[in-house]
Amino acid sequence: MYAYDEFDRAFLAERVADFRDQVARRLSGALNEDEFKPLRLMNGVYLQLHAYMLRIAIPYGTLSAHQLRRMAHVARTYDRGYGHFTTRQNIQFNWIKLEELPEAMAALGEVGVHGIQTSGNCIRNVTTDQWAGATPEECDDPRIWAEILRQYSTLHPEFTYLPRKFKIAIAASPHDRAAIKVHDVGLRLHRNAAGELGFEVLVGGGLGRTPFVGKSIRAFLPARELLSYIEAIMRVYNQYGRRDNIYKARIKILVHEIGAEAFAKAVEAEWEAIREGALHLSDEMIAEIRGRFIYPAYETLEDRPAELVEALKDERFATWFANSVHAHKVPGYSIVTISLKPVGAPPGDATADQMDVIADLADAYGFHEVRVGHEQNLCLPNIAQKDLPALWAALDAAGLATPNVNHISDIIACPGLDYCALANARAIPVAQEIAKRFADLDRSRGIGRLHVNISGCINACGHHHVGHIGILGVEKNGQEFYQITLGGRADEQAQLGTLLGPAVPYEQVPGLIEDVVDTYMELRAGPQELFIDTVARLGVEPFKERVYAAH
Amino acid sequence: MASPQQQKLKVHGPVAVTANRLTDGAVVWRTRGDGWSADLADAIIVTTADDAIALLAAAQKRDIDAVGAYVAPVVIEADGSVAPGNLRERIRVAGPTFELPH
Ligand code: HEM
Ligand code: SF4
Repeated sequence: MYAYDEFDRAFLAERVADFRDQVARRLSGALNEDEFKPLRLMNGVYLQLHAYMLRIAIPYGTLSAHQLRRMAHVARTYDRGYGHFTTRQNIQFNWIKLEELPEAMAALGEVGVHGIQTSGNCIRNVTTDQWAGATPEECDDPRIWAEILRQYSTLHPEFTYLPRKFKIAIAASPHDRAAIKVHDVGLRLHRNAAGELGFEVLVGGGLGRTPFVGKSIRAFLPARELLSYIEAIMRVYNQYGRRDNIYKARIKILVHEIGAEAFAKAVEAEWEAIREGALHLSDEMIAEIRGRFIYPAYETLEDRPAELVEALKDERFATWFANSVHAHKVPGYSIVTISLKPVGAPPGDATADQMDVIADLADAYGFHEVRVGHEQNLCLPNIAQKDLPALWAALDAAGLATPNVNHISDIIACPGLDYCALANARAIPVAQEIAKRFADLDRSRGIGRLHVNISGCINACGHHHVGHIGILGVEKNGQEFYQITLGGRADEQAQLGTLLGPAVPYEQVPGLIEDVVDTYMELRAGPQELFIDTVARLGVEPFKERVYAAH
Repeated sequence: MASPQQQKLKVHGPVAVTANRLTDGAVVWRTRGDGWSADLADAIIVTTADDAIALLAAAQKRDIDAVGAYVAPVVIEADGSVAPGNLRERIRVAGPTFELPH
């Protein structure tokens, strides 16, 4: 966990007080909506179709049990008893009243959580691997570097009014769980041949209206030079990025228009001028931040203890274990994913009671720590293997042990037309119906890893471009239609999906997805060939022929 | 369903002016006497673009009761009652189309 200092707390209390005052002035009419809107957006407050929505950042996806319990309290007291975890390591409350927002924010601020950097044209909260600090794959804890960036970028005067919002993600394992290639800046932390720590720097990735996979502009940046290099990127962007047209203002457009090489050149030139300056990170500064991350007091334990071996005789437990439990860097411990995708429920939603259960379990078994991943699931990063049977029983009783992580029913979906004022079409009910069709666990296990991502409009909050199967809601003559893409992926081999064919109406989507999956099951080279690999090998044509012949 | 605020105002059939209540974001409808109601049955219904523009302009004069006013389609049922005119408006009135977590 990260220990916030007094400055952070005082700062948050001040921000809440400011917002309380702004809300009072808005309610009294002293501020009009045009004046108030940017202020509320800066604090993560949106107006949706039928209510205000509060978006809370969860810096690098790390939450304490205490914080999660407070979120449960806010969901219960100020909302309708649930919250929605998003793909940006945020949580959203969907029904908060403007009048009560300052109270809710104060309650959250007391435990160090807030909506700053969840909105507006600033550097947004930096995201990273939800397994950070726990996975044996990583070369260093990426949260150290996320925190260094957070401190640097929070309210940086020069970077609060960028041409557009700016998103940074960091991965430190060979398998990228942070989707760094579809962020404005992606940082791949690794060691070079000499064993030194550094970043590969990618720029210009992003989804939305004009999706791009990020391009590498530097293979190795010594880690201590991170801030000066980011500053150089921001300066080049600030100088050349387009402010005249919001659709062209993202860094991805600039990189695309001038080319990655020219962009890299401009950054390097800028960097040369500033790299020896104040942003150079000293060993002391890095050690100071590193020291604020408090790691669990792990016990000396053996892998596969007797309790676990015994429990694995239970088929339901064994199924969950195989699906939701992952290797840990410390012997005798595991990382546990908690699926927020029970079949038929809105993806990513958790009730206040479920949040309390998870917080209690984190206290009892998980060193008080919970993580939020970009797949809209939660994670307990430090569970002793001997405690897994008891943990599972408690999760199962709370409806939190669906063993479908990375299966076809583990769908990412944006709020879509059920909540969002920008939507063309619904996303959540589409996800629910697909999940129901694949509810049979043997069937979905047989299909293997398959990511379905759904967005209700071109803004791509549901990451449809990078779903193995992507579904995008469009509008045709006032009706909901959906475009299907195949072959997208968000990991280290990130690529955008290919359009399968003409858009189909709402009712036809689940059947079409079943046809796509049946086609895969027929065409795959064997059970070890994943859906994404079959699409890569054969292209979309064979799928198109089958699917559109049937509809 | 592109955001109605961005659409050119074309009126085919009955429409009403709708917005979100400032205090809590709830969906409200423009009523007689320059007021707002959470009940669509209270809404003023007009059928021409000129009337809709006038109704909208009046609604936008004061943004302290309701925000984001726009013109939304409605349908008049056989029994004379008024219902939202498209899926977006139905969702605004009735909430999400699935069971909320509880
Ligand atoms: C309902 C409230 C929401 C609104 C009004 C909203 C609005 C937007 C808009 C306008 C954009 C595009 C901006 C741009 O590309 O410059 C965007 C992007 C994005 N949103 Fe949302 N969003 C909402 C909810 C969500 C939720 C619930 C999630 C997570 C599940 C999410 C995740 C994202 C992500 C990841 C992007 C970036 C896509 C990219 O890389 O360009 N949003 N959002
Ligand atoms: S993708 Fe579109 S519909 Fe979905 S949440 Fe984002 S803006 Fe709303």
